[in-house]
Amino acid sequence: MTSVSSTASAPLKAPLAAASPKGFDWFLAVAVVACIAASVRAMFYTPADAMLGEAQKIFYIHVPAAIVGLYLACSLLAICSLVYLWIRDERLDRLAESSAEVGLVFMGMVLITGPIWARTSWGTWWQWEARITSTLFLWLLVLGYLVLRNAVESTEQRARLSAVMGSLAALLVPFIHLTVLLFRGMHPPPVVLTPNNPQKNLPPEMRLTFLFATLAFLLLFFALLRMRYRWAAMRDARAALEHG
Amino acid sequence: MTGGLHAPGGIAKVCDARVAGNRASGYTCAMHAHPTVPVSPATQTNGPPILLAEGLVRRFGTRRAVDGVSLALGAGECMALFGPNGAGKTTLLRMLGGLLKPAEGRATLLRHALPGDASVRRLIGLISHHSMLYAPLTALENVRFAAECQGMPDADAAAMASLERLRVADRADTPVRLLSRGLQQRVSIARALVHRPRLLLLDEPYTGLDDVGARALTAALRALKAEGTSLVLVTHHIGEGLAIATQATVMLAGRFVATEHATPQGFDVAGYATRYRTLIEAGAA
Amino acid sequence: MSEHVREQLHERVTAHAGERVTGIAHVREPDALRAPSFVADAWRIARKDLVIEFRTRSGLLASAVFSVLAVVMFHFTWDPTAIPAVDLAPGVLWVIFTFAGLLGLNRSFGLELADRAYDALLASPVSRESIFAGKMLANLAFVTVVQALVLPAVVLFFNLDVGAAWLPIVGVVLLAAIGLSAVGTLFAAIAANTRLAELLLPMMTLPFFIPLVLPAAQLTSLFMNGRPLADGMGWLKVLVAFDLVFVPACVLAFPFTIEE
Repeated sequence: MTSVSSTASAPLKAPLAAASPKGFDWFLAVAVVACIAASVRAMFYTPADAMLGEAQKIFYIHVPAAIVGLYLACSLLAICSLVYLWIRDERLDRLAESSAEVGLVFMGMVLITGPIWARTSWGTWWQWEARITSTLFLWLLVLGYLVLRNAVESTEQRARLSAVMGSLAALLVPFIHLTVLLFRGMHPPPVVLTPNNPQKNLPPEMRLTFLFATLAFLLLFFALLRMRYRWAAMRDARAALEHG
Repeated sequence: MTGGLHAPGGIAKVCDARVAGNRASGYTCAMHAHPTVPVSPATQTNGPPILLAEGLVRRFGTRRAVDGVSLALGAGECMALFGPNGAGKTTLLRMLGGLLKPAEGRATLLRHALPGDASVRRLIGLISHHSMLYAPLTALENVRFAAECQGMPDADAAAMASLERLRVADRADTPVRLLSRGLQQRVSIARALVHRPRLLLLDEPYTGLDDVGARALTAALRALKAEGTSLVLVTHHIGEGLAIATQATVMLAGRFVATEHATPQGFDVAGYATRYRTLIEAGAA
Repeated sequence: MSEHVREQLHERVTAHAGERVTGIAHVREPDALRAPSFVADAWRIARKDLVIEFRTRSGLLASAVFSVLAVVMFHFTWDPTAIPAVDLAPGVLWVIFTFAGLLGLNRSFGLELADRAYDALLASPVSRESIFAGKMLANLAFVTVVQALVLPAVVLFFNLDVGAAWLPIVGVVLLAAIGLSAVGTLFAAIAANTRLAELLLPMMTLPFFIPLVLPAAQLTSLFMNGRPLADGMGWLKVLVAFDLVFVPACVLAFPFTIEE
């Protein structure tokens, strides 16, 4: 049987090698540099808001993180889940898993910067404002998704069951938005500028910084996504080797 | 008839594309030119095959739990399937039972594709070492539920009849959780047989049975064979498996590696056991 | 079973005794077995689940005990001078409904998987959709019974004056119960395949219950305060929309929870 096992493991070792490339992760390095550059620009080269002061600059983390974590990561998760149920390609499952984890990190940034901003501006830690409340619920939803993945042993079952949850979660998001909006409609917040309601017309320097920050976060998201995806591919290849 | 499959006796049937060309089973196809299917012992049957499978493959990730299995089984025949744990026997059985879809290959039961719709599912009965019963319900309730799910018109009577055949009718009103393992197994068999399936798939049914229970099971299976039911029996008990088998196959790492057919006197159990042990040790090396 | 019934049954059995399978390639006549019917199958499965629940009473007992304890705890931690009962009650009611309902959902698939009865069910002619419908119906009955116990308990303990609002409140409760059982049954099917199913089920389902519980609590509050339905049309629409979207979605998603 020894000859059989070595020929069986040879084709399996190839994807394992491909998934763990040697060498420096250039993409991640570029993304990190971009984030640092954006932070520097925001802190030192962008004027502070006249009314809200320096604390307003947290907006350059809060909103890009929301765009990436909420819109990009969650959409990716939902789409990968739905398409997986259709074509059952395990790469889609890995992408969904990576998207969920990286998205969780970015959503976490939103949930941390929100209260910090609120505290520095008005002295309260939490405002049940529509968007940040929705973010909280989505964060919990994605956390539930990851806990489900962790609780299933078999790879095929894990992919299939989490894809079901991911697909239903996609359906749930508009309902959560609607519910939260209705709730806020009953208790309208004070008309202040929050990180979620930036002034419509930003002066050009602030707009540029905002765009720069968003781009940097996008790069960071994709770099982390790629890293996480590769880690998942390695883990799956190793598990296949052990069972083969 | 110009085309179609001709059974011995010349009755034309619809061409069953894959098996045609297999002269060992007595069929020739006058309609198409078929690539010859290699005749393997597992696809030899004494009469027209009820159950046909060809090239069944099932993957779990990159591992092939079932790796190209072909078999044919006629009415009243019993295939005993032996092999070490992890050989893929349960997976194969689940595919034949319609619970799993094969990644490659196909299987048919009486011309219906497996896995299939309601009409083929009612031809199959499943038995395993799990009782497949609802513990708080009585024996009769369990078997009647199965009969109703199978669409039997008089489920009550069919359920009682099945329990009587297995000689557990006196415990019909006992909740199953209060019955001994042997009695539970008999109720489970009654459940599997209530709709008179043509194919019975048994996954280690002798596990946990005492002598009395084992003998009752063998007797019941013999009676079923006589009535024309086909059986696929996965078991670790070589003696019990060979007692009713018309064909004994060993499965290793997803493949059929050795098939023997019963002589008119049956199987030589001791001899087979020795050959089996040698095969397993060779395979494990 | 009475003697009389047993005798009747025996007569029918002996009528079948002469049956044998004739012929080798004999296929059963089409009218000997009935074709599967969605409604009959679902009803039979629901009835089976309810009979089992009635016999074991484990789910109902756990939910009832939890509910009473929760109501008592809420009552004793409440300062009646600071918050009027009618402001506290809707929230308390719906929190208890949700968690008491969750307690019962796990047993939906627990017994199926314990002795692999599920395999026999899946191998039978019954369709996957009817399995889901049957289990959802059974869970709906369970959830409704729990609600029927909790609602009077809350009204009693908090000395609420409900009056004519009973009927609309019951309506809201039923609407929410439909959504709760659809989503709960589906996630119970998912959780049954995992370790720590009891822990996982609340984690997965609670975000899904938000668009149900929040509107339902708001409407309950509305009715308890004697306000007209027109004030809460938005909430009612969310509730109804949720049911209309998620019941079919769960029916469609259910077959994917089965390995094939």
